[in-house]
Amino acid sequence: MLDSTLFHHLPTAPGVGYKPQHFEDIIADPGSVRWLEIHAENYMGDGGRPLAQLRHLAERFALSVHGVGLSIGGEGPLDPDHLSRLKHLVGWLNPASFSEHLAWSTHDSHFYNDLLPLPYTNTSLARICDHINQLQDTIGRQMLLENPSSYLAFAESTWDEPAFLAEISKRSGCGLLLDVNNVFVSATNLGFSPQGYIDAFALDQVGEIHLGGHDEDTDDHGAPLLIDSHGCEIVDPVWALLDYTLAQSGPKPVLVEWDTDVPDWPVLENEAARAHAALQQVQP
Amino acid sequence: MIVPQDLFTSAVMDAAQPVPNGLLDGQNRPAGRRFNVYRNNIAVSLTEAMHQAFPVITKLLGPQNMDGLAGMFLRAHPPSSPLMMHYGAEFPAFLAQMPQLAHLGYLPDVARLELQLRRAYHAADATPVDAALLSSLDPDQLLQLHVAFAPAVHVLRSRWPIYDIWRFNTQADAPKPHSEAQDILITRPDFDPIPQLLPQGAAEWILALQNDASFGSAYEAASQLYPAFDLTTPLTMLLQGSALSELDRKG
Repeated sequence: MLDSTLFHHLPTAPGVGYKPQHFEDIIADPGSVRWLEIHAENYMGDGGRPLAQLRHLAERFALSVHGVGLSIGGEGPLDPDHLSRLKHLVGWLNPASFSEHLAWSTHDSHFYNDLLPLPYTNTSLARICDHINQLQDTIGRQMLLENPSSYLAFAESTWDEPAFLAEISKRSGCGLLLDVNNVFVSATNLGFSPQGYIDAFALDQVGEIHLGGHDEDTDDHGAPLLIDSHGCEIVDPVWALLDYTLAQSGPKPVLVEWDTDVPDWPVLENEAARAHAALQQVQP
Repeated sequence: MIVPQDLFTSAVMDAAQPVPNGLLDGQNRPAGRRFNVYRNNIAVSLTEAMHQAFPVITKLLGPQNMDGLAGMFLRAHPPSSPLMMHYGAEFPAFLAQMPQLAHLGYLPDVARLELQLRRAYHAADATPVDAALLSSLDPDQLLQLHVAFAPAVHVLRSRWPIYDIWRFNTQADAPKPHSEAQDILITRPDFDPIPQLLPQGAAEWILALQNDASFGSAYEAASQLYPAFDLTTPLTMLLQGSALSELDRKG
């Protein structure tokens, strides 16, 4: 039913995180949106509306499957059942891209429904590369690994994050997903330069860029504590960081994420149009 | 100063535990309340999942009471897989063993109904049988018939008026529930699961069919218990609900 040769790659154009309440609007007029990203775990049921909508969208748009539950950074082994589910989904849908997170969410067979942080050490590096190899062997394709939003740091870490991600990419052959909102959030929370982070990042390995909205709080010392909420519009400094990144990396697929307090379609499409304008600046 | 994931998870699920040593801010000071971001993310996202999964329970108890219950539930039963569509399977049993809810004896069955509606939403698709095919059979053939059900179909039996309770809390101008036992048939004719009240005997009839009894022997089982049982109404419900997926005229 699906023509698997339609979408080999994500276009270097704006995409949005797909929300079922936008289905009719997207079919009627996607505006500047050229591709869609879905959360893998929402499409692992046996049937019904979610899968019917997905089959419909796959005929019209390039799709990115974004996993939020594999727990690549977990100390324990990857869940073989979940690997099988990912293989099945990627197999029948044949998306243009598959990505997951530098994070963990499962421990002792409990799933914590959040992207939890990990120390950057030689031990965690080896384990993560093993997990990525296992995943890539299972689904038969390269994955992209996304940088996290950090609220704290580990005393035991011996790598900085851009170098850690570059080394994972080098050893496992995975690509990278660069979330510039996460860079901005982590840089604010941990006191480093977001531009310096981009300068150090392996931009040639980046297959996709994310950006989204964040909330503002403060820590025990009154210092700003930004929280990656995907629940509001993207702030200007994050758009500026996107421009800064694209100027170095050249055009990339750029995704706007909005997962909580999801707005009406025109609001989200407007964010995508802004990403489109940013990409126009660097189109060859 | 190593923070194993065992320690991280036990501290993140229990706000009374100290933040693990070895977690820092950007200036090498203890992370302090920064750790609470993870505590909040987990508790808030799972609580929100419970509200979405059990809207009628939430309405019956009030959102604040539901928050409190969800907080206890998510610590007793964190998700066992990343498929949040399945989260909350233990909630009916959890409600049943809460002494402070013992006076609301119907809550566990209402939660079962909400769970089954969600399962039906995600159940595998099936090709329904053509109703015309069924009406083309003569009565003898009809009595010999065995049927298979679409995966979304489910019969729920309760000693409480759970259909009335569900309807009263989801539909405007629905009548107040009376105190009587009720059986519910869930079908998914299109993409949205529909619960319907079954007449007396119909649950016995459908459950027998699901156990591969023929139309005839299922009918006998139901009418022995309820002599007035008439299969016209439940058969129409099954056909209109696209509940039958295969016919098998076994001899």
